Amino acid sequence: MPGDSLGRISLNFVRASGEIFLLAGRAFLRIFQRPLNLKLISSHLYLDGIKSMPVIFLMSVFTGGVLTLQSFYALQRLGAEIFTGSLVGVSLTKELIPVLAGLMLAGRVSASYSAEIGTMVVTEQVDALFTFGIDPVKYLVTPRVVALLIMAPLLTLFGDFVGILGGKLVAVLVVHQNPNLFESQLFQSLELWDIVSGVIKSVFFGLTVAVVGSHFGLKTEGGARGVGRATTTAVVVASVIILVSDFFWSKVLPFSLR
Amino acid sequence: MIKIRGLHKSFAANPVLRGVDLDILAGQTTTVIGGSGSGKSVLFKHIIGLMKPDAGSVLVDGVNMSALRERELYGVIARFGMVFQGGALFDSMTVGENVAFGVPGRAGMTAAAIQELIDHSLSQVGLSGISQLMPAELSGGMKKRVAIARAIAKRPAILMFDEPTTGLDPIMADVINDLIIKVSADPGITSVVITHNMASAYKISDKIAVLYAGRIIETGSAAEIRATTNGIVRQFIEGRATGPIPTG
Ligand SMILES: Nc1ncnc2c1ncn2[C@@H]1O[C@H](COP(=O)(O)OP(=O)(O)OP(=O)(O)O)[C@@H](O)[C@H]1O
Ligand SMILES: [Mg+2]
Repeated sequence: MPGDSLGRISLNFVRASGEIFLLAGRAFLRIFQRPLNLKLISSHLYLDGIKSMPVIFLMSVFTGGVLTLQSFYALQRLGAEIFTGSLVGVSLTKELIPVLAGLMLAGRVSASYSAEIGTMVVTEQVDALFTFGIDPVKYLVTPRVVALLIMAPLLTLFGDFVGILGGKLVAVLVVHQNPNLFESQLFQSLELWDIVSGVIKSVFFGLTVAVVGSHFGLKTEGGARGVGRATTTAVVVASVIILVSDFFWSKVLPFSLR
Repeated sequence: MIKIRGLHKSFAANPVLRGVDLDILAGQTTTVIGGSGSGKSVLFKHIIGLMKPDAGSVLVDGVNMSALRERELYGVIARFGMVFQGGALFDSMTVGENVAFGVPGRAGMTAAAIQELIDHSLSQVGLSGISQLMPAELSGGMKKRVAIARAIAKRPAILMFDEPTTGLDPIMADVINDLIIKVSADPGITSVVITHNMASAYKISDKIAVLYAGRIIETGSAAEIRATTNGIVRQFIEGRATGPIPTG
């Protein structure tokens, strides 16, 4: 019956949300439980953070570029193309870079977290950890959460910088704006808060990516197919949470502090 | 001593354990035999607290494993060393790191002392010069032996082996038998072994328990099991395809 499955879907949804919140809390509390495994954290900082830089670079430079191109032509119709830089700077730092970087991390990192942890679950490595008296949340989830809490904002700042650079390149080379105009407009209207509010969101997106990837990894059942299913689910759920919560963040965080 | 009473466990509509009663005496080697899929590995996971029973209990020196809260369980689990059926080596670590993983007091040891311990543990299972390899580079039998080395290096009071000799050649299987006998000779060590190999079972066991249809249907010394009159047990230990055990 359709009603039946709808009921089950919403029940599953509520249960999964509860479990994800719980896991986030448990992983977070264990940050303050000595000893913190710095070796694992640094390996995740490198593998999931530093190694995400090329893809964040590409994403940002093209986003900045295309946004500049489209904004320029749209504003030109109003005769307001001199404001291209203002629009691009605010849109990139407040909205586009944090969200797109979050989605990139959802695709790249929550997939790898759920596949890695899921494989460990189905090959009983997580059970084996337990027999060594090691809490899987502390050992597997906390280092990943810490790594992304650090890397997501840094990658976002990196993306902001590269995105603005891409915008400037297009402004100068493609639509032939005066190079100083784009920049002066951009920095005139850009507030520190635009950047900070984007970074605040990115911290939450990073947490989402780490916890959702780990959650579906730990819940994996049944062999290679189960690992595949866990990975797909993790990417979809993390992406949806990022997209939906972004709207609410934008509503909750003041638009400007001035 | 480990006391199992009335242990029941079902997965969805599949009843696996239907009232297991078994005493595993301290300092002894107890072997569990039973058909493939009869629930031996599930029984093991209940003993170490990895699975929660639907009914019944596992008491380890009087402590009810299923009543413990997670944090308390981590304390009790330190006494166990477990060799999983599939090895369950950590595949992101080298063989050496795997073996040294649970060694108590490792933080206070020098690198040389740790390496010596790794080499010693690996030589006990007939392996040498592989501590730098990754688990993916090992054969199935080698993985199994590294898993045994890892469990023993931890120096646990209770050693659990899930099919330690499956997948090994007959000579290596006997090396592992002798190793189990050797570590279990220490009166402080309790061993529990799952095996399909009757030669191993007879050789290493103080007590053999037969799991069938979700219950322990017979226990006894090797000599007693050999002389059993129970048709099901006879069929199993003689490895006959025909008899009271349905194979369809
Ligand atoms: N996590 C699980 N979820 C669902 N069913 C399970 C699970 N673990 C085991 N089972 C089922 O329990 C039964 C017993 O499995 P178990 O692994 O204990 O068998 P076994 O006696 O160890 O067999 P083998 O000698 O082949 O290793 C099987 O029918 C199996 O399908
Ligand atoms: Mg088994």
